[in-house]
Amino acid sequence: MTADDAAVPLPGLDPAWSRRLSVADPAGVEHAWHVLDNGVRDPVGTLLCVHGNPTWSYLWRRLLAAAPPGWRVVAPDQLGMGWSQRLDEPRTLEQRVADLGDLTAALGVTGPVVTVGHDWGGVVSLGWALAHRSQLRGVVLANTAVAMPEGDRGPALIRLASAPGVRAAVTVGTPVFVRAATALSRPALPADVRRAFAAPYRSAARRRSVGDFVADIPFVPGHPSRPVQEAVAEGIRTLDVPVLLLWGPRDPVFGERYLTDLRDRLPQASLHRFEGASHLLPEDAPQYADVVARWVTDLDRGPADRERPAPDAVRPLGAALAARADDDSPAIVEVGGATVSWADLHARVGDLAAGLAAAGVRPGHRVALLVEPSADLTAAVYAVWRAGAVVVVADKGLGLAGMRRALRSAGVDSVIGGPRGLAAARLMGLPGSRVAAGRLGPAARRALGDPPTLDGLAAAGRSAPAPAEPPEDADCAVLFTSGATGPAKGVVYTRRQAAAQLELVRSTYGLTPGDRLVAAFAPFAILGPGLGIGSAVPDVDVTAPGTLSAAALADAVRALGATVVFASPAALRRVVATASDLTEEQRGALGGVRLVVSAGAPVPASLLRALREVLPAAEARTPYGMTEALPVTDVTAAEVEAAGAGDGVCVGRPLAGVAVQVSPLDAAGAADGPLTDAPGVLGEVCVRAAHVKDRYDALWATERAASRNPGWHRTGDLGYLDAAGRLWISGRLAHVVTTARGPVAPVGVEQRVEDLAAVSAAAAVGVGPAGGQVVVVVVVPADGSGRRRLAVAGAELADAVRAVAGVDVAAVLTARRLPVDVRHQSKVDRRAVARAAARLLAGVRTRERRR
Amino acid sequence: MRVLVTGASGMLGRATARALLARGDEVTVLQRRPSGLPCREVLGDVADAGVVARAAQGRDAVVHLAAKVDVTGPWAEYARANVQGTRTVVAACRAADVSRLVHVSSPSVAHAGAALVGAGAEPADPARARGHYSRSKAVAELDALTADSESLAVLAVRPHLVWGPGDPQLVGRIVERARAGRLPLVGSGAALVDTTYVDNAAAALLAAADACGPVHGEALVVSNGEPRPVGEVVARLCRAAGVPGPRRRVPFGVAWLAGGVAEGVWTATGRRSTPPLTRFLAEQLATAHWFDQTRTRAALRWRPHVGLDEGFARLGAWYASGG
Repeated sequence: MTADDAAVPLPGLDPAWSRRLSVADPAGVEHAWHVLDNGVRDPVGTLLCVHGNPTWSYLWRRLLAAAPPGWRVVAPDQLGMGWSQRLDEPRTLEQRVADLGDLTAALGVTGPVVTVGHDWGGVVSLGWALAHRSQLRGVVLANTAVAMPEGDRGPALIRLASAPGVRAAVTVGTPVFVRAATALSRPALPADVRRAFAAPYRSAARRRSVGDFVADIPFVPGHPSRPVQEAVAEGIRTLDVPVLLLWGPRDPVFGERYLTDLRDRLPQASLHRFEGASHLLPEDAPQYADVVARWVTDLDRGPADRERPAPDAVRPLGAALAARADDDSPAIVEVGGATVSWADLHARVGDLAAGLAAAGVRPGHRVALLVEPSADLTAAVYAVWRAGAVVVVADKGLGLAGMRRALRSAGVDSVIGGPRGLAAARLMGLPGSRVAAGRLGPAARRALGDPPTLDGLAAAGRSAPAPAEPPEDADCAVLFTSGATGPAKGVVYTRRQAAAQLELVRSTYGLTPGDRLVAAFAPFAILGPGLGIGSAVPDVDVTAPGTLSAAALADAVRALGATVVFASPAALRRVVATASDLTEEQRGALGGVRLVVSAGAPVPASLLRALREVLPAAEARTPYGMTEALPVTDVTAAEVEAAGAGDGVCVGRPLAGVAVQVSPLDAAGAADGPLTDAPGVLGEVCVRAAHVKDRYDALWATERAASRNPGWHRTGDLGYLDAAGRLWISGRLAHVVTTARGPVAPVGVEQRVEDLAAVSAAAAVGVGPAGGQVVVVVVVPADGSGRRRLAVAGAELADAVRAVAGVDVAAVLTARRLPVDVRHQSKVDRRAVARAAARLLAGVRTRERRR
Repeated sequence: MRVLVTGASGMLGRATARALLARGDEVTVLQRRPSGLPCREVLGDVADAGVVARAAQGRDAVVHLAAKVDVTGPWAEYARANVQGTRTVVAACRAADVSRLVHVSSPSVAHAGAALVGAGAEPADPARARGHYSRSKAVAELDALTADSESLAVLAVRPHLVWGPGDPQLVGRIVERARAGRLPLVGSGAALVDTTYVDNAAAALLAAADACGPVHGEALVVSNGEPRPVGEVVARLCRAAGVPGPRRRVPFGVAWLAGGVAEGVWTATGRRSTPPLTRFLAEQLATAHWFDQTRTRAALRWRPHVGLDEGFARLGAWYASGG
């Protein structure tokens, strides 16, 4: 960089990394390069980072800063770009790959190398990788492409920029292209960073190669760089090194189809999608640098130890259904609709599976199910499993945007949906084939492209061969977390894990073929056939569990003669609240229920007690678990009462075959301690069991963090074991308040405050910088005096709260209600509460006096 | 230890001198009027080199509290008492071979007006400090810390909003106005503020005098570490004093403007009394001011031993016994 260049500040760039050198190309022409190099001598390995167009090595500054111990990081400015020498003529892809090889030779890069490429730097880095296979240790790619997928003519934006007449004006004559590249960033880049990116491209002469680079993209056959590009695209299929794909899904240049193409060519690749990030991934997701460092460090760790308890001879998925193939009793009852016998269900599942296979659904394919809970949904799930494919389930509680993000991340191959589900699939732009569930009117059929129907597939399946029995270690489901804390995460189960889960539910609750189940909690609606018991779903909007009434529950129980009810706390609360509407007959039906299982969130003891009025014969049990592992523990109302008060919610003892330990919290609120089952130690709850999820989907770094204790799943929940072996949940790890006196878990405080008659709900949150936070308690007053906006509580209420809180409470605030998650209507979004409290307690915004 | 305490006529200076005496230190106090404390006393102006030199003679440590604490009056008075006073004390320490200087400062020296949420002790900044008092104290703190050297260890301690029985400044003014029914709440009253009960502040100054040496050359904020909404603090002070709490609310914008008008009128007319409201005060009452005490407590090996509840109880008892 020249003295003039140095006038532009380059935030985050250590000037000591900057170095210049001259390298001769095979023609003997010397080129002056600018390279960022952290200068590690005798390195363990080298990260060779190649930027795209129109950025420069500044893009990789965070990776240089976060370099793994002993690793050298080298990030050149490609010739004609950044602060490297300007060129008089276009440089082809072949030349650029050769240039990079000349440079690494000159830099003395000899040991193992991991290439890192972004944008068009991806192809160049892969070209280098293929030419240096003996050195190649791994490949990292971020928002890039190596080929135009079939029928594709390249990214629309780049095609536009490359159009004759446009290219010169946009890329060279004006800084439009240079500025536009950094304008794509999400969230928006700070102005000083954008200026830093534009710094080397301030005149038309300095931008010449930006335009030439665009011109070198081989959109059309016959382009001079096409053969080299195709050789790279095909060559990488033979790479046998680990690959990490980092992807910003909001990229308007390289959309999903380029990611699909890369995964097809590099099937061994691990993938991490950074939700919310766009094209300039290293800018939009600054944590990428730590992810790469972690991945590189892991390269020499060997295959992850995946030891976990093997289930004792679990019945395969679908075995319970097959066992009742000749049973004419009801398997599924739709309240006010059809009844399907076990025999009919078994036959339909077999026909549908064959029909799906005949229609192109292959083992391992992912099938999104956008069908309301119904006999059709249940049949479709078991048919997809029978075909060896994977169900992808995202509930409507995520909202259309959340569902879209979730389903696109899962990369679905097919969608089975009702009329509304298929319309939503189109709105969401989901890829893959379509199958219609239920009846489509003629207009809808035309509008949706006349997809095959479930009935049509079943009919076709009758004469088609049955699909092969899938292996038990194949994936079977991608489920999504509730998204209460950030974007919903995809959770992958194998068939063995799902079967182990069914077995655990069956044994925990002593379910026999004589039991019949009403699932008032939608995700459980599909479990009946797997458990081998009949099931019904009450007439209720599944996206709003709070709309279930006692009468609707009773009608479903009566229709089936149910003995077991699965529900959520929100649904049960409504049942208790509407119990006065029950007729004698309905009360009689509910009297036959022997067991009510309330899943999804902790159930307060008061609610469990109130339930006895409505379900007098039912034992109320509450499993504790999460999308990644359910159930983990289980507790009855009596056990909760016997446990007494603690610093959290008692969720009972670990179930048979389930191990629970905690990773202790340190003073800063991080749970990095070695796992222990010592009583009274507060930490992150970790679970080990045969039915724990296989992995997070398309979230390599998240999975790496959650499974960093081999064989264990870190739940993100905070809790402790007591001397009697019971587990107590004290909140979410992310919600720990880190005070100067140590970490404070929210739930214990909240429970003590909620015991006050004047309080109907409470949230304990932290305000202030990490490690120096104060505790703030937001309460919903029982007398309804809370306003929509937070306010400071009166002296009486504040004194009462402080008297029981057990920790120093800086402020007591009141609210009309607390924000909760959509799915369970019960998990308080403490981060949102904390943000609102912090705003109020900071006082008015005043203008700082400037120098 | 032989200690000089300057400014022992104020609430905190007096409490500090008493605490030193109570633990058996040999104390000299320096202030303008007789303090009535049972110790050696030097009377005079802290900016008077002769007086200060006499007071500092033979001392191991100096705790320098003497300052002009006010919201009105010309800059020259602040400059003399706070800036020149501190320079005089530093010079006297050097001349008398005093090895430790605890310079009592204020968090306002680093405050440019925005909310302070769990803040540390930022460097003093005269250019951005608000008002004559804060600016003069900022200059003084920089001078004092610059004097930190091999032979003279300097610590700057910034107690935040010190209150307690017999305090004419914070408690006295609030109570007086509340009694007259002229105490409005500025803004929502929700801003979190830290305060310091006087005995805790005095104990922190003793701890600073002890720690000074191994710990030196830095500024430390001292508070109770129990921030509360400002409306609650004011209400509890009023409750302790047996006067009605604030009933009226004044929007911050109105208070700020009114403060500006009052400042203008008081300056233009040369009044010496304290105006009912200043812009600085409006900001203090409407923005959060609380601090991360981690560094302070580690450096001084000190913790506040009088909690807010206990402090308010002691204040209530003091008022109940006739003030």
